[in-house]
Amino acid sequence: MDFMALEPSLYTVKAVLILDNDGNRLLSKYYDTELYPSIKEQKNFEKSVFNKSHKADNEIAFLEGLTIVYKSSVDLFFYVVGSAQENELMLMMVLNCLFDTLSQILRKNVEKRYLLDNLDGVYLVVDEIIDGGIILESDPQQVIQKVNYRTVSEPAYGFVLFDYITGNTEGQGDKSQNV
Amino acid sequence: MTRLFQSNDQTLRRMCYLTIKEMANISEDVIIVTSSLTKDMTGKEDVYRGPAIRALCRITDTTMLQAIERYMKQAIVDKVPSVSSSALVSSLHMVRMSYDVVKRWVNEAQEAASSDNIMVQYHALGLLYHLRKNDRLAVSKMLNKFTKSGLKSPFAYCMLIRIASRLLEETEGGHDSPLFDFIESCLRNKHEMVVYEAASAIVHMPNCTARELAPAVSVLQLFCSSPKAALRYAAVRTLNKVAMKHPSAVTACNLDLENLITDSNRSIATLAITTLLKTGSESSVDRLMKQISSFVSEISDEFKVVVVQAISALCQKYPRKHSVMMNFLSNMLRDDGGFEYKRAIVDCIISIIEENPESKETGLAHLCEFIEDCEHTVLATKILHLLGREGPRTPSPSKYIRFIFNRVVLESEAVRAAAVSALAKFGAQNDDLLPSVLVLMQRCMMDSDDEVRDRATFYMNVLQQKQKALNAAYIFNGLSVSVPGLEKSLHQYTLEPSEKPFDMKTVPLATTTVSEQKTELAPVASSKLPEKLAPSRQDIYQEQLAAIPEFQGLGPLFKSSEPVQLTEAETEYVVRCIKHTFASHMVFQFDCTNTLNDQLLQKVVVQMEPSEAYEIVQYVPAASLPYSQPGSCYSLVRLPEDDPTAVSCTFSCTMKYLVRDCDPNTGEPDDDGYDDEYVLEDLEVTVADHIQKVLKPNFAAAWEEVGDEFEKEETFALASVRTLEEAVNNIVSFLGMQPCERSDKVPENKNSHILFLAGVFRGGHDVLVRSRLALADGVTMQVTVRSGEETAVDVILASVG
Repeated sequence: MDFMALEPSLYTVKAVLILDNDGNRLLSKYYDTELYPSIKEQKNFEKSVFNKSHKADNEIAFLEGLTIVYKSSVDLFFYVVGSAQENELMLMMVLNCLFDTLSQILRKNVEKRYLLDNLDGVYLVVDEIIDGGIILESDPQQVIQKVNYRTVSEPAYGFVLFDYITGNTEGQGDKSQNV
Repeated sequence: MTRLFQSNDQTLRRMCYLTIKEMANISEDVIIVTSSLTKDMTGKEDVYRGPAIRALCRITDTTMLQAIERYMKQAIVDKVPSVSSSALVSSLHMVRMSYDVVKRWVNEAQEAASSDNIMVQYHALGLLYHLRKNDRLAVSKMLNKFTKSGLKSPFAYCMLIRIASRLLEETEGGHDSPLFDFIESCLRNKHEMVVYEAASAIVHMPNCTARELAPAVSVLQLFCSSPKAALRYAAVRTLNKVAMKHPSAVTACNLDLENLITDSNRSIATLAITTLLKTGSESSVDRLMKQISSFVSEISDEFKVVVVQAISALCQKYPRKHSVMMNFLSNMLRDDGGFEYKRAIVDCIISIIEENPESKETGLAHLCEFIEDCEHTVLATKILHLLGREGPRTPSPSKYIRFIFNRVVLESEAVRAAAVSALAKFGAQNDDLLPSVLVLMQRCMMDSDDEVRDRATFYMNVLQQKQKALNAAYIFNGLSVSVPGLEKSLHQYTLEPSEKPFDMKTVPLATTTVSEQKTELAPVASSKLPEKLAPSRQDIYQEQLAAIPEFQGLGPLFKSSEPVQLTEAETEYVVRCIKHTFASHMVFQFDCTNTLNDQLLQKVVVQMEPSEAYEIVQYVPAASLPYSQPGSCYSLVRLPEDDPTAVSCTFSCTMKYLVRDCDPNTGEPDDDGYDDEYVLEDLEVTVADHIQKVLKPNFAAAWEEVGDEFEKEETFALASVRTLEEAVNNIVSFLGMQPCERSDKVPENKNSHILFLAGVFRGGHDVLVRSRLALADGVTMQVTVRSGEETAVDVILASVG
């Protein structure tokens, strides 16, 4: 443990992870580019984090020089990662905001199936809470308003978008959606 | 892509922005998208503006930034908080890219900082700090303004606290500065986050007294009993850090910490235990040990190592409690655990044994039991080595022989070999055990592994000779030369045909590694035993000097000293000197650096005027010294042969050179130059330069080996020295010899002490000094010197006197 205080900076969060109850990643965004640059390292990190946390449902752990706060719900695990000198309560606020927003959006069913169905909304939520490692918003109500997402049971439009961009001409470009 | 922008579905549009951001690194042709994004940014729908700004800023580069600057400025002061936040955050990202452009938006950011929204405040403050980071005055003005006006955002408060503590650290402000008062007032803020940040900042401040820490510690104490695990964790971690520097401040929290030992979160429990170990008093040690033993079985290996390290620190603090701790440690050894864990425990026990002679027997007994069933070869060999060293000196050494011999029969080759060496040490030191040891050795000679057989045969033959001198040389004090040096000398010997046998004295000695005398435990993350087989500093110097043709015929390098500064730190020319000692010469290497960028020095030579009978033979100049490139020049000096005891000498040094002025920017020198000189400080050559330190693990045996043929003894009175410790330190540094058998540590409250020093004199002869010191109204010292050569003895006595 080192004694130097953190350089005052807005960059507080290093990563956000959502894993399922086998440890596979559902969503993970790493904001610190030096932390785990390659996919392989990221996967290793996720594996060790998962091993440490899924047995005991404590909220907070210390691993590989990083502070990790986490929460689990039904079959999902949410992690927020910060550096060792970071204010743990700040990280907890981010985690709580993420969790509360998601539970409202998914209508209290915070489980894997619904999460995957509405993955695009989840991405938007994460993007609204943290931008590039800086905490953008911490109030769940504000986040919900901004995202303004309605759960749909049709296939996520994220896939449509990717198809279009990768040049898959299926003539779906400007079809208006029926919500 | 642009067609997607025409869609009216919000989600789709937003996903567009996200994708743009993700692809920002890979796509090159972003102009198309930029215009759409700019339109969105300034459009009517607020929902799109924020994300559009962020996406745009992710793909922008410097040229485009100028174009959208106007929009950015408008966005920062926009009334809608999400737009303002997005703009501020994106500006921060772009600071890295183009600091100058973003700097122009300071005023807008300042205006945004007075907004009501808590997140906007936070972001504005962050941006302002980053923009003004290098200007300390601006930062402190900003701080003053905000601390007075008061902010609503807890995040902003946290940021302010961090800025304030950084500022305090840089200016080394005292504790009556207004910044410190601000931080302390934050301890009473509504939000727990702010309170914790303030407490943490106070704790981390370098010069805190216990009184200032008290309010922070009481706040942390409250957190310890909070229902939220994160708070408890944060509090315990910070208390742990406080305990390292001010254990007394934490004793008030001991009760709360003890409650935390049973916490369900293992990290919290371990931290609580380690903090208690640091702050525990002697009487509470027993109680703590009991609590820990019940808890240790449940935690994982890396925590166990942390606990063991804390225990070893505690052992050093309270040496009288060693029996309790040893019992506890040996119980831990018996449980399951990984290699790192067992190694930490073994190191801890060994350090207790070394520090505390009373604990030796119990400690060795515990370790013997451990190696009966140990699967880690490294640990077993280490313990066997220790047994060999310490066992023979215990009152009843025979009981250890049984353990060692069992290892010879049962284990792997490395362990068997180590056991054979340990047995040999017993045989060498205890005459009554010698016959039995010889019998055991004979059995070892039938072993299946050749290393074991070789060692057994070797030791058998040495022991059968029954000569103390041989025992000392071969069994006790191992190879004292550096292995790469030995390799090189042997190689050279084989290259040239010669009639003389190979002389070990020509091999440069190994400088003693400090690890043998270290008593602290290195942290586990970096605890590799420093077995340096890489070429040492000495070998590097030898190669450098051998490359200079004038120094070819000097023979092997005996010793190189540490660099000595001959100039002040900030002068025009910085010169430091390294003294290399050869068999009958000395070479002075002057490393000179020219710090003037408008001068080029050439033909640099350091002229020396000796005060005694030393003779300057030759100078090797440094050809040229351009600005800030260090170069070396050498002086070769012959040592006086007629009076060998005149070893110390003072040289007055002057640096003489040809200086040419040159253009500072290009480095081109003028055509002509002039001679100049620069006076340096005097250089001293002392007796320490003629002696190389050598550690003799068994001083008594080495003493016998050298023999008393050239032994001399004298008594001196040291008038100016008041304590034994001071006398010991003075002698060690003056003679430059290595203290052996831990004799450099003077036990407290003793009036007499014996100091053992060992070294090798120039020419390769061992020199041993035994010095009895007595404290009675000043220090009297009786010095006995033994060596293989008379000159060495005379030199030492003459220099001490």
